[in-house]
Amino acid sequence: MQPAVELKDVSFAYPGGPEVLSGVDLEVRRGEFVTIAGPNGGGKTTLLRVALGLEAPATGEARLFGEPADRVRDRYRIGYLAQRTRLAIDAPASVSEVVTAGRVARRGLLRPFAQADREAIADAISRVGLQDRAATPIQRLSGGQQQRAFIAKALAGEPELLVLDEPTAGVDVDAQEAFGAFLGGLHEALGVTILYVSHEFGAVERFVERVVLVRGGIVFDGPPAELPAHWHDPSHVHP
Amino acid sequence: MFILDADFMRIAFATGAVVGVLAPAVGFFLVQRQMSLIGDGIGHAAFAGVAAGYLFGVSPVGAALVAATLAAVGVEWLRSRHRAAGDQALALIFYTGIAAGVVLVSAAGALNANLFSFLFGSILTVTWSDFALVAVLGAVGLGIIALLYRGLVAVALDEEGARVSGLPIGLLNVALAALAGVTVAVSMRIVGILLIAALMVLPVIAAGRIGTSIRSTMLLSMGIGLLSVSAGLTMSYYANLAPGGAIVLLAAAFAVAAQIGAPLLNRTR
Repeated sequence: MQPAVELKDVSFAYPGGPEVLSGVDLEVRRGEFVTIAGPNGGGKTTLLRVALGLEAPATGEARLFGEPADRVRDRYRIGYLAQRTRLAIDAPASVSEVVTAGRVARRGLLRPFAQADREAIADAISRVGLQDRAATPIQRLSGGQQQRAFIAKALAGEPELLVLDEPTAGVDVDAQEAFGAFLGGLHEALGVTILYVSHEFGAVERFVERVVLVRGGIVFDGPPAELPAHWHDPSHVHP
Repeated sequence: MFILDADFMRIAFATGAVVGVLAPAVGFFLVQRQMSLIGDGIGHAAFAGVAAGYLFGVSPVGAALVAATLAAVGVEWLRSRHRAAGDQALALIFYTGIAAGVVLVSAAGALNANLFSFLFGSILTVTWSDFALVAVLGAVGLGIIALLYRGLVAVALDEEGARVSGLPIGLLNVALAALAGVTVAVSMRIVGILLIAALMVLPVIAAGRIGTSIRSTMLLSMGIGLLSVSAGLTMSYYANLAPGGAIVLLAAAFAVAAQIGAPLLNRTR
């Protein structure tokens, strides 16, 4: 089976800027739970954007599910949770509406929802424990509950690859720990490939199979147990 | 004389009903995407269209429809290609539209009362054929919104997430821009070019304070739009006021009332 994510000798620079990534080789197998960590400005979000086909590498190639990342078919196989602490819109949006938005790509833009879609949405809401709050405007939920609603949105499309970009930004330590345990349980239950991108990874260290540290390139790639002690705080990573 | 005894008022109410529902429905998605002022920019392009219609002897409404839709799609094209920031793209269209309108109006020698009816709205100049055009375009617009509703909501909630999951973001954005252009063109006879953007935005602001979901907020905004237009036309008939101003003042009153009343309403929920 093709890897979920594959980067081969990738380098990248924004127009007129210095090289952000160079010589990146990375393979994430299906079903793995991997954290991509590193200091702010180290290139981890750029690496993610290249891996998802949102940015074209200057050299090398990026592949998703074995296909070129920018031309991959059936992109609904990717569940994506962007860094955010609030909704992008001002209008009240119920939990159910937010989660439903995560199902649209899988169903197709113009096709009406079928029973299977409604069940997938309800299942995603139940999985994050918000079934009693489905009709509640998401703005009235706590930060941790909002985060779970966004996870449900990413799960509603029944993704094969779940990508979380700085999901714990602005969330307190206890909520981060709870979120890490929740993701660990989710990975075990669904077997979904998880790519967790964050400048710190303490909350998920017990659950991930691999830690990938990025600082212009990959400076460490292996199980958390093999991570040198002085790199556990990635803001102090030095190649 | 009862208000609906007059034929021109029946036309105005029929046309206004379409405008009152369509403008907030389209405006809802513009407001959520922090593009509230795009209606103003498109309105200025529509003014150039009206002026071109006078100059070349074609339907001012038809010419405005073409100009407004092209301007809206142009703003979206500039924005999405990063050739200009959103507000810069809007400024380019805004000023080009108004300048072209002024030049074309002076060339056509059309600085007259009929032109002012397009700028400020008029209930006397709307004809049944105007209504037919508004009804068809309004029905098409609302149909497109219904068809694309889930996609438009997904993009409004999280454009990057929608892009990653493969939704056709470009198509949805262009469709929304074109809908905004059509809305401006069909609404200008009743509300006026200078005020149509307000009818796309103010009912949405009011509804946003009292709705409990995206769907309820959108439906409420359409209801407030319809109410504003109906009450505004009635006021303008009896008090001999410009309908656009009366309609927009009422919509603004709803927005203020919602701002003040929402905390009380939320306490009872």
